Amino acid sequence: MSVSPAWYLGLSTVLFAIGAFGVLVRRNVLIMFMCVELMLNAANLAFVTFARTLHDIGGQVLVFFVLVVAAAEVVVGLGIVVAIFRRRASANADDLHLMKG
Amino acid sequence: MTATLLSLAATSGHPTIPDVGVFAVAAAMVIAGAVGVVVARNPVHSALMLVLTLFGVAVLFVLQQANFLAAVQVIVYAGAIVVLFLFVIMFLGVDREEDVRADPLRGQRPLAVALVLFGTTGLLLLGQVSKWTTGQPSVAGTDSGAPNVNLLGKSLYTTYLFPFEATSALLIIAVVGAVVLARRPPAATAADDADETPVDDVVIDRTPGAPEAPAEPVAPDGPATAADADDAEVDA
Repeated sequence: MSVSPAWYLGLSTVLFAIGAFGVLVRRNVLIMFMCVELMLNAANLAFVTFARTLHDIGGQVLVFFVLVVAAAEVVVGLGIVVAIFRRRASANADDLHLMKG
Repeated sequence: MTATLLSLAATSGHPTIPDVGVFAVAAAMVIAGAVGVVVARNPVHSALMLVLTLFGVAVLFVLQQANFLAAVQVIVYAGAIVVLFLFVIMFLGVDREEDVRADPLRGQRPLAVALVLFGTTGLLLLGQVSKWTTGQPSVAGTDSGAPNVNLLGKSLYTTYLFPFEATSALLIIAVVGAVVLARRPPAATAADDADETPVDDVVIDRTPGAPEAPAEPVAPDGPATAADADDAEVDA
């Protein structure tokens, strides 16, 4: 038949771990956003795998909603990045300490 | 949980050679792209590596009979989101190389590795000991394992109709929010555009009848366009 779901879940775990590592170590806000996308994709892959394994189409429906929310998140996030860049001329997360007490 | 999945897989027969090959190639694409996103110094390269990962995930979707989601993945993610990323990178002009070897916070990377490893192993161990499936029958519809865009659409427009409509409201709100965020402040006029020196934290008085205010800080962007000049005259 097809490849075992455990392989898909393992790949999803690795992808999520790489994305989380990227968010933690990179300082460019745009690349941090891309790493968040990696983590969302890992979750999507796990959802599709569970939908196939548990014979429930609800997993695929949820992936659909995750895609929509990811699109909205990127749009608003990049708007914030542009607005910050107007002010600071930098996309470095370490420069954003305006609200520090 | 993993044991359950393994037993399920065992009953579903042995994987065929083409499936294994496709999975291996797609998984290699996904991992290579993800590593590339994290280690690339140039943000443009990161975005292109992201495309590689997204394509790999789309192939894995096809391999699991989620054809509609694979198409949406390529159209929305690789087609729209990555293009938006590239647009913003080039618009802001941050597509220069960045030294990723500099480590401003000492010990941050080992800590990040430890945190990620701890988290993922904890998750896997939790999956071994706990049972996360309730055994309830599906409310969305039974996935027969065959390509079934009909079932997905029916579930989306009946069981999940309200969330579906709520996402449309979410998208409208996101679009309006992005326009409001990225818009130039209304006080910025041609006088500011003419003075390109970025001055921080200058408060200007914009009340009618006030004397000509000093230049407000504006990002170092292009020269004033004709439309801006027209706006300024109308404002004045």
